[in-house]
Amino acid sequence: MTKKQKQTLIRIIITAVLFFALLVLGYVGIIEKIPYNIVLYLIPYAIIGYDIFLKAFHNIKGGDIFDENLLMLIATIAAFAIGEYTEGLAVMFLYQIGELFQSYAVGKSRNSISSLMDMVSEYANLYVDGEIEKVSPDDVEVGSIIVIKPGERVPLDAVVIDGTSMVDTSSLTGESVPRRVNVGDDIISGCINGSGTIKAQVTKSFENSTVSRILELVENASDKKAKTENFITRFARVYTPAVTIAAVLVAIIPPVILGYPFDEWLERACIFLVISCPCALVISVPLGFFGGIGAASRRGILVKGSNYLEAVSKLDTVVFDKTGTLTKGEFKVTEIIANDCSKEKLIEIAAHAESLSNHPIANSITNSFGGEINSDVITDYHEIAGNGVEAFIDGKRVLCGNEKLMKSNSIQYKSVMTSGTVVYVAYDGKFLGSIVISDVIKENAKESISRIKQNGVKKCVMLTGDHKSVADDVASKIGIDEVYAELLPLDKVEVVEKLLKDENDDNKLAFAGDGINDAPVLSRADVGFAMGSIGSDAAIEAADIVIMDDDIGKIADTVSISRKTMRIVKENIVFALGVKAIVMVLGVFGIANMWLAVFADVGVSVIAILNSMRMLKK
Amino acid sequence: MKKKFKMENVDCANCANKMECNIKKLAGVNDASINFMMQKLTIDADDERFEEIIELVEKECKKIDAECRIVR
Repeated sequence: MTKKQKQTLIRIIITAVLFFALLVLGYVGIIEKIPYNIVLYLIPYAIIGYDIFLKAFHNIKGGDIFDENLLMLIATIAAFAIGEYTEGLAVMFLYQIGELFQSYAVGKSRNSISSLMDMVSEYANLYVDGEIEKVSPDDVEVGSIIVIKPGERVPLDAVVIDGTSMVDTSSLTGESVPRRVNVGDDIISGCINGSGTIKAQVTKSFENSTVSRILELVENASDKKAKTENFITRFARVYTPAVTIAAVLVAIIPPVILGYPFDEWLERACIFLVISCPCALVISVPLGFFGGIGAASRRGILVKGSNYLEAVSKLDTVVFDKTGTLTKGEFKVTEIIANDCSKEKLIEIAAHAESLSNHPIANSITNSFGGEINSDVITDYHEIAGNGVEAFIDGKRVLCGNEKLMKSNSIQYKSVMTSGTVVYVAYDGKFLGSIVISDVIKENAKESISRIKQNGVKKCVMLTGDHKSVADDVASKIGIDEVYAELLPLDKVEVVEKLLKDENDDNKLAFAGDGINDAPVLSRADVGFAMGSIGSDAAIEAADIVIMDDDIGKIADTVSISRKTMRIVKENIVFALGVKAIVMVLGVFGIANMWLAVFADVGVSVIAILNSMRMLKK
Repeated sequence: MKKKFKMENVDCANCANKMECNIKKLAGVNDASINFMMQKLTIDADDERFEEIIELVEKECKKIDAECRIVR
């Protein structure tokens, strides 16, 4: 609790004691016998309400007549004027309790969100001439050497120069499996060092380090206001004057025109004044978004603005880049078709023949062969550009390559129909079998796409530069609805523009890519997701939502977080306006009293805040 | 020039909105926003009169909530 909140609490306690005493006196019937007993009520009223007085006075000077403090004051004074001392005091008392609770709850949620962001290291262990000195990360220059001990947070982006360790990146990526780092590997600020002490050379200054950039992004996110938020802000400006005018009308029209008792209608008008503050609305909307953004960042999803979170909830099309987003972007042996020998033998021979090549396909074959390459047995190796390789293993001629290579050497091969790249292997003039290499689809791609669709997205589109056959194969495996294949990078913008034409205000389009060479598309889409972007400044810059690792499931997570956020925000709006409207109607008919009005004001605020806080629960 | 300031004692969300609205109307202020949750003021104002404008901004905020303060 802040100092101010503590003072308010003390005032509330004192008032509560005095108020209780007055109620007892009233109950036993003594209070009526005391002359000028209004004074007894005015003492606690002054204790609890003096700051409202000051604020109201201050605001009249400032020219703001529709100020909730002033209106609250008018309402309570009016209650005193018509002899309802208990009500006048009670309203002020409950209002202050509500305000305190509200300010406490906001403070709490602010803290719980900032603690999510608690990934800045307080210090860095600067290593100078064999001595370790604790300094502020701010003071460490690029190129300096720092020491990171077990359990410490990495203070700055750096590259390991000594030692190995496991690094926990969960606060950045939401990924709970620690990552192994060795000499030469980059380590990113904000991660927690595991078991080993490492020495590292700083590569970025504190303000350019990943952790600072992320914090800045998240802190600025609520600056970019969502449409709902702007609407509520505008609404709040007309709400207070409108309710006040309604109160005046309620106080004047029935008594003057219809001749009803003035006292009674004044009291009904006061109910309007008590609920004239739009705070419940104004606070619960940004708080809901703030909670949504906080919940997302805990999973390693950085949302750059409330407006983007709102847009995600309205997605109806998601466009994916294939390589690196839906697939891993690394080529692997996915199938071994042995013709006249064991699969192991086939891959062993192919791996030996390809072992001297640097081609990505050759690398994936050698990688899939688990054993040791014996380079002594390989002789007369040469590459046949565009076709494959030729080598002699133990004196026998081995050919590895495409169909052309087989044909030109008149090898009897069996053609394989597949979406990947096929390497045919011939040994000593005989066809040995074929190896299929393809980009691997991410394990959770299919499940993520169906989850995205469950959350209301109607169409998932895939863009790729690959062959149509490859693209169609991937698409059918994971449930993509539309495929655009054989695209050049520039074509991708065009396709997205074309798709955007079908969208309107309530249907948004998102693009998800790796953020490295699709920046124009990312910025063109309503919402741009960049994936696997940890440490990549360009991607963080271009995207609206940054997913720190390359887990495609997080796009689905973002969609469901945004839906939940919007649901909470809408609940708050409907609840706050609903309760206020009901209390006003009941008030006009004399059913609601001022106690209920206070609940409709501060009670509703508190409930709306608590509702928003649900976002932060797992 | 665009600059960010931390604010203290901005207790009500509606006050923050009112402040933002009033600050935007000040001469020399190009744009302003108050982030109630982060208690932060972002202001874009003319360079030459920046200090002077910040004074005015603080005065404007105090009109709405006498206890609030811009941390400088």
